[in-house]
Amino acid sequence: MSFPWAKQYQPTSEVGKWMDQRLPLPRFIFNALGPGYPTPRNLNAFYNFGVLAGVALVIQIITGVVLAMHFAADTRVAFDSVEHIMRDVNGGWMIRYMHAVGASFFFGVVYIHIFRGLYYGSYKPPREMIWMLGLVIFLLMMATAFMGYVLVWGQMSFWGAQVITGLFSALPIVGTSIQTWLLGGFSPDNATLNRFFSLHYLLPFVIFGVIVLHVWALHIPGSNNPTGIDVKSEADTVPFHPYYTAKDFVGLGIYLIVFAAFVFFIPNSLGEPDNYIPANPLSTPAHIVPEWYFWPFYAILRAFTTDFLGVPAKLWGVIAMFASILLLFLLPWLDTSPVRSNNYRPLSRILFWVFVVVALALGVCGGAPAEEPWVRLSQVLTAYYFAHFLIILPIVSKLEKTKALPGSISEAVLAKYGKGGGAAPVAQPAE
Amino acid sequence: MASEARQATADDLTPGGERRRDFLYVATAAFAGAGVVPVAWSLVNQMNPSADVLALASIDLDLSAVQPGQAIKASWRGKPIFARHLTPEEIADAKKVDVATLRDPQKLEDRTKPGSEQWLITLGVCTHLGCVPLGAADGEAKGDFGGYFCPCHGSHYDTAARIRKGPAPLNLEVPPYQFKSPTSVTIG
Repeated sequence: MSFPWAKQYQPTSEVGKWMDQRLPLPRFIFNALGPGYPTPRNLNAFYNFGVLAGVALVIQIITGVVLAMHFAADTRVAFDSVEHIMRDVNGGWMIRYMHAVGASFFFGVVYIHIFRGLYYGSYKPPREMIWMLGLVIFLLMMATAFMGYVLVWGQMSFWGAQVITGLFSALPIVGTSIQTWLLGGFSPDNATLNRFFSLHYLLPFVIFGVIVLHVWALHIPGSNNPTGIDVKSEADTVPFHPYYTAKDFVGLGIYLIVFAAFVFFIPNSLGEPDNYIPANPLSTPAHIVPEWYFWPFYAILRAFTTDFLGVPAKLWGVIAMFASILLLFLLPWLDTSPVRSNNYRPLSRILFWVFVVVALALGVCGGAPAEEPWVRLSQVLTAYYFAHFLIILPIVSKLEKTKALPGSISEAVLAKYGKGGGAAPVAQPAE
Repeated sequence: MASEARQATADDLTPGGERRRDFLYVATAAFAGAGVVPVAWSLVNQMNPSADVLALASIDLDLSAVQPGQAIKASWRGKPIFARHLTPEEIADAKKVDVATLRDPQKLEDRTKPGSEQWLITLGVCTHLGCVPLGAADGEAKGDFGGYFCPCHGSHYDTAARIRKGPAPLNLEVPPYQFKSPTSVTIG
């Protein structure tokens, strides 16, 4: 499970020994996040975002539990109870802004975390299971965020619920029954709000459970690193604590500064103003958009405007939107290159950045109204999105001539930072 | 001991190559399954519409004040209803369309009641993803075909509320309704 040179947990106090024989929790922490977890010595700042995502989840759970103490899941009072939190509850405005901004930040951090994994090939063997569990977390996050957004019972909440549950009505034969079942009625109403509240409270703990599996799976091969090559000796690693705990705390400090700046100065900059209008089932907002973190997928949904192959446009959009994420589960088998890191894959590296631009452009299209040129642009970008994974990546990973890999992580580090050249000193972590 | 006949056990193979224990396993699983399935179903089914939601309240609409070219909105089963008084030009527009060219081929006569075809009564729910189309209230965009326009994803409906352009697959749904008098209608 870990490298043979990993430090062994040695309880020093009598209490520590007593505990270790009965519930070895300190040993578990020591081996998971402490000195007992040897980690590649060359992890850069992008490797901070997994920890940041964990912190973001904890912030959401803590603020969410507090908000639930003041929120009322009833269509007649839900919107007012949110305003009650904002105006009357002591410090309620801060808690709610932390929760709303926190959702955006959680997604932002997770997107960077995902793209880091894409760039450095962290989805490749032997880390496929970590990748797939991460995607499960991502899907759960999307469901949780959507249901949480509905709870406010503003205009965007209501119409978001209408549109998203309407996706299921695209399925042939059973579609309408499924939508009715999800809503507990024929349109979003009290039954919908109550079940979304129940599930919105439940799912974060499910996410927490899957994160445990994600980290467990990570600890079997250990972290990937920017070179993408395997750890070969003790010189390639440093103990997680104190090296990465210290580094992660620096990153966390920066993250919290940015987070606080949003919470205190521009808390509504990431949200839709229309959601401050109470839900009205008889009036659709002129421009329904989800929160920014769903925009790329919303663009894919809307990219299909004509029927083809006997399948209605609406169903194509729904299939494509779900496929755009489910496809990522196959990525470890679509990219067959034995080289993980794009630092050593000149062609794939360019294509990675093209993909980043395409994903961001899809986001812009998804946030724009459903009119030209955005619809046409969404169609082109959606086609590229799928082509990237299904055509370009498999071909490139077969044909590409990769650069020579360094002999080891420590060799790569010393080539970059080592002084004196010649005889490279054997790197030893300072004791 | 060895000569004494051993008591048959559930693990002994029958001439058919089965054990009695196999039967016990199958019976246990079947019994447990028979218990689990109804419980699981009740846990799924509780999410379907409850009796009060299903109690399909019908609504009465008085159309006497609606002038040609106007429409009114009402709410039925939590969904908007559009009742539109078509002008003669709108009726003519709707009738001159070649039905075979439509995505969801229906004539105006299929969507109105005989003798009252100036009254177009539909759900105000876009068949794409369920937004409320514009075009019922004064001053709202009516789309390229003079009927309704859904701003969410750009579906255009004509004067018979048939889908003509955009992503929606079907015409606006016509709810069940009866005329009680020439200007009064019961929906549901």
